[in-house]
Amino acid sequence: MNFNFKHEWIETNIGLMAVLTMLAISVGGLVEIAPLFFIDKTIEKVEGVRPYTPLEQRGRDIYVREGCYTCHSQMIRPFRDEKLRYGHYSLAAESQYDHPFQWGSKRTGPDLARVGGKYSNEWHVQHLKAPRSMVPESVMPNYPWLMSPLDISDVAGRMKALRKVGVPYSLTQAEYEANVTKFGETVARQLHIPDAQKNLVEQANFGNYDGDRSGISEMDALVAYLQVLGTMVDFSKYSDDAFVGNR
Amino acid sequence: MAASTSYSGVEQYNFDIVKKFSVMALVWAVIGMFVGVYIASELAWPFLNFDSPYFSFGRFRPVHTTSVIFGFGGSALFATSYYVVQRTCQTRLISDGMANFTFWGWQTIILLAGLSYLGGYSQGREYAEMEWPIDLLIEVVWVTYLILFVGTIMRRKQPHIYVANWFYLAFILATALLHTFNNLAMPVDLFSMKSYSLFAGTQDAMTQWWYGHNAVGFFLTAAFLGMMYYFVPKQAGRPIYSYRLSIVHFWALGFMYMWVGAHHLHWTALPDWTSSLAAAFSILLLMPSWGGMINGIMTLSGAWDKLRTDPVMRFMIVALSFYGMSTFEGPMMSLKEVNALSHYTDWTVGHVHSGALGWVAMISFGSLYHMMPKLWDTKIYSNKLVEVHFWLATIGIVLYIVAMWISGITQGLMWRAFDEFGNLQYSFAESVAAMMPFYAMRAIGGMFFLTGAVLMTYNMFMTIRQGKREAAALEAKLAAKMAHA
Repeated sequence: MNFNFKHEWIETNIGLMAVLTMLAISVGGLVEIAPLFFIDKTIEKVEGVRPYTPLEQRGRDIYVREGCYTCHSQMIRPFRDEKLRYGHYSLAAESQYDHPFQWGSKRTGPDLARVGGKYSNEWHVQHLKAPRSMVPESVMPNYPWLMSPLDISDVAGRMKALRKVGVPYSLTQAEYEANVTKFGETVARQLHIPDAQKNLVEQANFGNYDGDRSGISEMDALVAYLQVLGTMVDFSKYSDDAFVGNR
Repeated sequence: MAASTSYSGVEQYNFDIVKKFSVMALVWAVIGMFVGVYIASELAWPFLNFDSPYFSFGRFRPVHTTSVIFGFGGSALFATSYYVVQRTCQTRLISDGMANFTFWGWQTIILLAGLSYLGGYSQGREYAEMEWPIDLLIEVVWVTYLILFVGTIMRRKQPHIYVANWFYLAFILATALLHTFNNLAMPVDLFSMKSYSLFAGTQDAMTQWWYGHNAVGFFLTAAFLGMMYYFVPKQAGRPIYSYRLSIVHFWALGFMYMWVGAHHLHWTALPDWTSSLAAAFSILLLMPSWGGMINGIMTLSGAWDKLRTDPVMRFMIVALSFYGMSTFEGPMMSLKEVNALSHYTDWTVGHVHSGALGWVAMISFGSLYHMMPKLWDTKIYSNKLVEVHFWLATIGIVLYIVAMWISGITQGLMWRAFDEFGNLQYSFAESVAAMMPFYAMRAIGGMFFLTGAVLMTYNMFMTIRQGKREAAALEAKLAAKMAHA
């Protein structure tokens, strides 16, 4: 039979088999991934989304380090119950500076995409140190070690790495000015790498997120990060169906 | 080294490497499953986190996934692929040095990965948590593996490449592709373990789940089908049911799997077209998946009595049944309406484990039970223990997935429940409290499964010892004979 004959040809030739297998397994990824970089509608045009400040970014690093994504999602779906529980559904634009994305896949604990501003700093600190003292039903681990000092020595290096993968942190005056135009002066100053350590210390001291003025802790950074989650876009500026076309 | 007189003679085949990987498969199974039971218990009894970073769930969970998938699964695949490629090509691996490099390289990778997670180094990508230096090491080991595998096939003694090798080849190629593109990252500097993913947000999510689901599709499915295609016919003493089915389902499976990853991102900020396309392919994928299952199970036709008499055969057939079950459940969960309920819940965890415990672990146990006595040229130390292992494993899986079905569906329904005034009926914390009995039940199911794996390790340890003693006795006898002659 013709069909058998052809396949015999493949299964007696390892080179041909490898090439055809490579072809077969390459198509799916090419068709589904590549267009996401080129189709303009993939990321919504929306005001307010900015890269993280140095302190917030260090907080995010700790979020990744502790594997928070193994129990918490950061992706609200467009359902009535999720809107009531968590708020407006998540936009692609809101995670456009997230390297890596932390949408998560499991909600052993609640979604955190819009946790920013929902609880006080004091609540977060107490909850992270001893979750069951705030939520008796919780199964979250205690994180007492977050009160240890934050390593801020390589914050500029981290921002430089993020700049290389496309986050608009500025190194030069020209880049800084472009950020002023794009994000406004207050934000642009936070994104300037040469001032990274100074900015971090200032934000931590001013915000005093961990309630302890004696130094900058990992808790300061993590709470600063949690408090900004989901707060960048002002949804009152947009109509209810403003983003439907992007889906 | 095996005695020169034994069946596993050193001249014809390199069985030393197969032995090493087989033993490590069992070691990682016990370690990985122990950590699994431990983190499952942490969810039921959170004091087990002991306020220590090194025991906290978030850092410990990747230790579990890495050591079972890549430690146990990976070592079992190295072992069986090296065995199968040599036996079916009737030739020795082209290089002992390369084979040993893959062994020590791979074991180092798993060990470093586990230690680095505990130290807080993680890329934050599921099943790809290893940081960039470990990723580079994987790349080197994997390319060596590819060269060794393909090189050995090129030296085969007969024109045809046996079907098991197609699946192993697809697995090696796909894993190389997925690993490379999902781990593109920028290190903070050359002396820092920390790196940031090249992609962000939506594109990063898509890349990760393209990888994530195909880690299931190729690492945990195609490769284990390769295992199935050799060891099921061998154990049954029957040829593969349908040659043509194996061709059709090989190409269909390889082509379609790569499309389905985005079903992990239904209702997210990923554009609808992508996840809908993924859902369509997920449903289509049922056919090649069941093609493989049918081809495996029907191989037993004419030898069904073995199910009663041969516990090793039972492992394999139950594995194929779980494969069929979870590849039906998967497409169902990829339907958007079902996914709206199941996503983010324990149902997903249960689904993964019906595949991972039911299919991957059971087919590996069956294959190792077939292969390891042959490697050491002896019989299984205790068939009774194999029998006990089988029942412990099966009961463990059932407890596990039933617990996760109930808790998953309960979570999903509680989250979306409204009271008569249209408000949310339950707080999130109430849904957490409702999970407690099922988390405990799941941990107990895991303990059953772990106990089975420990029994197997003991049984294989005794089998190896018995094999070595028999070889030594034979050697002594021969020597005595030679002296008299």
